[in-house]
Amino acid sequence: MIVWIDTVLQGVLLGGLYALYATGLSLIFGIMRLVNLAHGDLIVLGAYLILLIATGLGVDAFLAFVIAVPLMFMLGYLLQGLLLNRTLGSDILPPLLVTFGLSIVIQNGLLEAFSANTQRLPIGEIAGVSIPIGAGIAVGVMPLLSLVAAVLVILALSFVFYRTGLGRAFRATSDDVEIAQLMGIDNRHIYAVAMGLALAVCTVAGFFLGARVQFDPTIGPARLIYAFEAVIIGGLGSLWGTLAGGIVIGVAQTIGARINPEWQILAGHIAFLAVLIVRPRGLFPRAVD
Amino acid sequence: MAVIATGSKEAGRRRFSVVWRSKASRIAMPAAVVIVILLAILPALAGRAALQDLFFVFTMLALAQYWNLLAGYAGLVSIGQQAFIGLGAYALFAATLIAELDALVGILIGGIVAAVLAVPTALVVFRLRGAYFAIGTWVAAEVYRLILAQVKALGGGTGTSLGPDVTNQMFGLDWIAGLFGVRVAAARDIATYWLALLLLVLTLFAIYRLLRSRRGLALAAIRDSENAAESLGVDGYRTKLIVYVMTAFGTGLVGALIYLQKARISPDAAFSVLDWTAYVIFIVVIGGIGTLEGPIIGAIVLYFLQDYLASLGTWYLITLGVLAILVMLVAPKGLWGFVAQRYDLQLFPLRRRLKVE
Repeated sequence: MIVWIDTVLQGVLLGGLYALYATGLSLIFGIMRLVNLAHGDLIVLGAYLILLIATGLGVDAFLAFVIAVPLMFMLGYLLQGLLLNRTLGSDILPPLLVTFGLSIVIQNGLLEAFSANTQRLPIGEIAGVSIPIGAGIAVGVMPLLSLVAAVLVILALSFVFYRTGLGRAFRATSDDVEIAQLMGIDNRHIYAVAMGLALAVCTVAGFFLGARVQFDPTIGPARLIYAFEAVIIGGLGSLWGTLAGGIVIGVAQTIGARINPEWQILAGHIAFLAVLIVRPRGLFPRAVD
Repeated sequence: MAVIATGSKEAGRRRFSVVWRSKASRIAMPAAVVIVILLAILPALAGRAALQDLFFVFTMLALAQYWNLLAGYAGLVSIGQQAFIGLGAYALFAATLIAELDALVGILIGGIVAAVLAVPTALVVFRLRGAYFAIGTWVAAEVYRLILAQVKALGGGTGTSLGPDVTNQMFGLDWIAGLFGVRVAAARDIATYWLALLLLVLTLFAIYRLLRSRRGLALAAIRDSENAAESLGVDGYRTKLIVYVMTAFGTGLVGALIYLQKARISPDAAFSVLDWTAYVIFIVVIGGIGTLEGPIIGAIVLYFLQDYLASLGTWYLITLGVLAILVMLVAPKGLWGFVAQRYDLQLFPLRRRLKVE
């Protein structure tokens, strides 16, 4: 029994990481109906950027992370402003294929720059620290922090969405882009800011990815798939639903892995397919696509 | 000129006619027949390397036509077609290694297995729309990959090989070896080359016929506006399902054929999104989506790029990615779309054209 409680607990913590993967994807879809196939690779890019800053400047990984966030925000702003804004329209093919091309460019660019060797962010001793919570169960500090980070990121985004002028512009553009433009909103700028925010969240995700497990340039697409599953399970357009979706995937994976280590990933996918069959619009649907 | 409808001259209206064919298409059809005959007798003249290169072009082109049918005509943008490559290929391996059937039968089983499994796959992924459908198909492919990696009889995660008892005993190999006076290994290359050519010709013919039929018209209507098409009595879901299963059948056949030629399989290779979907999308995008001619150009372009740049490794893939992005932004109709628009050229016309006299 204790084993299963432990399994579910670790799954919930893993779900925090998956929610971090998914939040950026959910944000972008909610505001501009864009599905970014390079999302996973951008998370990995974030992890490499932190690694580069940490080793290049010789600073602590946490400080490197803080430096990387605004840089990734700017990258996101430029990416949307210079490239992705040109693909928006009623046809879904251009954004899909351009981001797919981007995914291949980022993956191979990272391979060229950093080789295929696995890397890990140098976060020091905290990586191995865990807190015993009784009955032989212990909670790792980093996994716990990633769940806390997911909650904080979603709280912060909710605040931006519902308490600021920028958030009003986001919601207005999401509801009806033409009316928003009539009200003086520059939707291209709004989209670029949204992509900047999404990449800032990707950096948080990349930090906890690199702090918890080893990474290499090719793992982006799998992160995209987990993120996508969390978004669909949670229901399109709901940030808290995305957190729930991430936790569902995380728990399914740890339970699968407990039964047979080779079934970890498969169990996550099967949980996703099961939700899709039973509740095609997700657990907490909000947006109508 | 095949005139389908003609307007009357009454009340001073101008005469018009609706035509299928164009001047270019009347030349293109016989030319295509001649090219196919020449390609069919090529094994008598060309070496094994040339046949293997053409095998690559033919199979990739067939895959590109299927993807084009899905994305360019049915509006089903899939990035999970590797599911059916892998399923077809694994069905071939199971049929030959476990059931000890002939490899030719194995290829057919590959197509059938892919088509049969496409039905439950569609029931799930069709619940997702647009871009989410795309990622959903990818998840489906991942599920098949992970399940097959658990099948120990087919080598599990590391994969397995076809022995010479399978590849060298295929039906018709002795006849080919006798005909060309070559050894069995060379005869195998000729056999797989012919099968690829046959599959490609059947694919092009079937898609051409489909798109000029009532169902083809229904497809184009769905792609342009699903609601409007349904209001005119087109069953969108059914039409899409039929196309999805058909392309799965074709993709499964090609997948089985490719892995008969490779004679070595692993889950990671057979379900590779890069090999079986990214290259295929590249071919369609570069050539021109939504046309039959475009992927032909795209496949030739990919072949030459691969020939010259593949040794560059990662830079090769970066080049492909950047090229695809540029084409999508600058000339979204691809190379063929550019040519067709500029010179009003249609080799395999799929649209009726209004001609005002």
